[in-house]
Amino acid sequence: MSAARYDAIVIGGGHNGLVAAAYLARAGKKTVVLERRHVLGGAAVTEEIFPGFKFSVFSYVVSLLRPEIIRDLDLPRHGLQILPLESTVTPMDNGDYLAAWGDADESRFELERHSPHDAEAMVEFGRLMHHMAMAVKPILGMLPPDPASLSPSDLKGLLKLGGHFRSLGAERFHALHKLMTMSSADYLDEWFEFDTLKATKSASGIIGTFLGPRSPGSAYVLLHHYMGEIDGAFRAWGFQRGGTGAISNAIASAARALGAEIRTEAAVERVTVSGGRATGVALANGDELSAPIVVSSLDPRRTFLDLVDPKALPADLVTDVRRYKFRGSSGKVNLALSGLPDFTCMPGVGPHLRGAVSISPSVEYLERAYDDAKYGEFSRHPYMDIVIPSMIDPGMAPPGKHVMSIFVQYAPFQINGGWDDAKRDAFGNAVIDTVSRYASNLKSLILHKQVITPADIERITGLSEGNIFAGELALQQLFFLRPSAQWAKYATPIDGYWQCGSGTHPGGGIMGAPGRLAAQQILKAAR
Amino acid sequence: MNFVRVLRATPFHPRTAPLVRAQTWRRWAGYQVASAYEPHPDREYAAIRNAAGLIDVSPLHKYLIGGPHAARLLDRMVTRDVTRCELGQVLYTPWCDGDGKVLDDGTISRLDSRTYRLTSAEPNLRWLHMNAVGLDVTIDDVSAQTAALALQGPNSRAILQALGANVGNLQYFRLTHTNVRDIPLTISRTGYTGDLGYELWVRADDAVRLWDALIEAGTAYGIVPAGIWALDLARIEAGLIMLDVDYFSAPRAIIPDQKSSPFEINLGWAVSTSKGPFNGQRALDAERARAQQWAFVGLEIKWDSLERLFAERSLAPQLPTVAWRTSAPVYSGDHQVGYATSGCWSPLLKKYLALAHIQAPHFGVGSRLQMEITVEHRRKRADAVVRKLPFFDPERKRA
Repeated sequence: MSAARYDAIVIGGGHNGLVAAAYLARAGKKTVVLERRHVLGGAAVTEEIFPGFKFSVFSYVVSLLRPEIIRDLDLPRHGLQILPLESTVTPMDNGDYLAAWGDADESRFELERHSPHDAEAMVEFGRLMHHMAMAVKPILGMLPPDPASLSPSDLKGLLKLGGHFRSLGAERFHALHKLMTMSSADYLDEWFEFDTLKATKSASGIIGTFLGPRSPGSAYVLLHHYMGEIDGAFRAWGFQRGGTGAISNAIASAARALGAEIRTEAAVERVTVSGGRATGVALANGDELSAPIVVSSLDPRRTFLDLVDPKALPADLVTDVRRYKFRGSSGKVNLALSGLPDFTCMPGVGPHLRGAVSISPSVEYLERAYDDAKYGEFSRHPYMDIVIPSMIDPGMAPPGKHVMSIFVQYAPFQINGGWDDAKRDAFGNAVIDTVSRYASNLKSLILHKQVITPADIERITGLSEGNIFAGELALQQLFFLRPSAQWAKYATPIDGYWQCGSGTHPGGGIMGAPGRLAAQQILKAAR
Repeated sequence: MNFVRVLRATPFHPRTAPLVRAQTWRRWAGYQVASAYEPHPDREYAAIRNAAGLIDVSPLHKYLIGGPHAARLLDRMVTRDVTRCELGQVLYTPWCDGDGKVLDDGTISRLDSRTYRLTSAEPNLRWLHMNAVGLDVTIDDVSAQTAALALQGPNSRAILQALGANVGNLQYFRLTHTNVRDIPLTISRTGYTGDLGYELWVRADDAVRLWDALIEAGTAYGIVPAGIWALDLARIEAGLIMLDVDYFSAPRAIIPDQKSSPFEINLGWAVSTSKGPFNGQRALDAERARAQQWAFVGLEIKWDSLERLFAERSLAPQLPTVAWRTSAPVYSGDHQVGYATSGCWSPLLKKYLALAHIQAPHFGVGSRLQMEITVEHRRKRADAVVRKLPFFDPERKRA
């Protein structure tokens, strides 16, 4: 049986794989995307887990999606529609709350209630983070130059990078240095005094990492999340109409319109290699497809250790990938509700239910949640980011009913004794019990629940150890080190075999940048 | 929904709210204040220049600085010499960051031997505390507890005297503590209109009673509640700058060009050359030694030129009915040499005025420039001449 022939095969129908495929198809390459599951999107999927209730099962909000991708692929025409998520409310243990509203005056007055000092500091802090995000953002769209290389293109890239940093000026360069080296708690201590504020802000510095708010390096992750607030149109975090799966579907629709073929339930067994060159893929069902370009959107472990024979790779790369840290640390609880939760700190139905509710009452609360994880347990009282998508997009649930998405940290992949059904239940109960401390009617509203552990994330999406960023977003795993020195520019030691997932520069979140940058490199190499 | 979030209301809201006939409200520092009470601000503006306008300025930030080192704190913070501020004196001053870039501007009132009140456009509590390290001072934000009214115009003195306030001898930029109908208040001879006028500082609890007294006593003298639109016309005629309109506080600047030194916003006169160390002193000394690069000046847009440009489209000159706060490029020949940040038709002077940032060497009084205007959807350049500020400076302001 002769193999079906393509110009390019993309393994994995997550958003980065779809973006890469769209760009390859746009350049005239006959491209096919192969997705193992029945649904496209990887970790950005919408599924009707319970009849009538739709969930962004894993990734649930968006802000980092690169504006050039939105423009190049005309995603609004294919269904991209981001609805505003305007507020964050943090219930406090004394029954009060801290709210950040969409309006600057309202937010200032609210913060003044707790600390006039912090209300003033916030203006300057916001400006500085804006500067920092502006400073780092161009790097997201930049091919990472190898600082150890003397090749003209790397030197040119380094010069560009050096010039960029020089243009920041001393004040901002110093701030950037602090963000790169400090813990988010220490960094925020330099600015603020109100504990609940620091906790809520530092929570951004721990998401998707195995770090606590007091772990050095977490300040950078804080910045990574801040970048979402300054996108092209400088939009805040938003919610895709129809859930994050609708983003994946929009990209898929754009890719198809550009000529790409997309197959679901098409699991790739391995990449076929001949004479040091990738020649195609073999599917689990025995089919073989051939193409001179094979692109893996899977994480580095699967890309280098599962899809190809590690023996065919340089030993140092294999070692790097083995050392590459995944350490999934978060889980998700999705609830179908018969009505709206009643938060003790803000009773009844209000605008807070159209935004995020952050369970982060104090820095110590978060650090203690981390302590549990550090010693191999899920947090008894975890950090949680709660949204009610049906309040923003009524189509997510039957009329009058609601869906609640609870992002939970920490839930370590490496849990003592391993994850099993009993542990999953215990984890789900800890989450619901903790939320109930702040919204006492929650349990009476629950129609259905879906509890997702890092082991479930790995099993369902294929993300190693359930890490939502396809590899920890830690400084030693970023830029020219993502996923490995020398192999940070999407190429691999196997000719024609490429990587394009979130495990490559510039990393995770529904950003699409790795997919786009990889496609550009592939097309450049093909010329 | 069981709670409603709104902007803050000032202590005068119970009196002002029913007067705003066309719901023309605006935001000021998170407070809801009247743009105008009448649908159009003409009568309110006329009262400021002809009788007396009563303006709610409560959204100003107000701080009480007390203790043995109160003067030292303020002196170290601002560019004017606070150590020479006499009892009952008011200083208008900017204050800067370490690079000599302006953070804010406001007044310092010496209320007693060691208590001062600072007013500002932006919150400054944190900055005060940052400057107070090691000093024996108390700093109280009294913004919410203190209501403020500006009574501005030629009849303002007579109205206060009709209420029994002894302001006959109160000099320009001086204050007095007094009682009006048993309401304790502080009256300073200050304002934002460049006219004879006073600002009244009163406990928020007494605000409504004071308003009622002023309206009652002032009606015979033509008192008119005036909104921000009227105030804006008056302050442009008076050549007074406005934060967030004519310049931006240094910490809010996104790029360095958005910051200004006092010299660049016509406040060089307020930078002391003889006082002790203060924030930005070194940078400002260095800047003073250099040739001035930018100046903040008055522009008069020439009527003949406006008439000609509009006549090209068979139109009579169209003039702004309220002050504008956008940015209009200013040219010398083909080169842009600056930008205007505020402008209005002066009902009093019958001139089209603007306040503008102009580069050397074009800022000398009498320099002939052009300002961009839009005539029937097309960009045109109208002739403009640099004028000395203030445009309007009546004897009565200081008399």
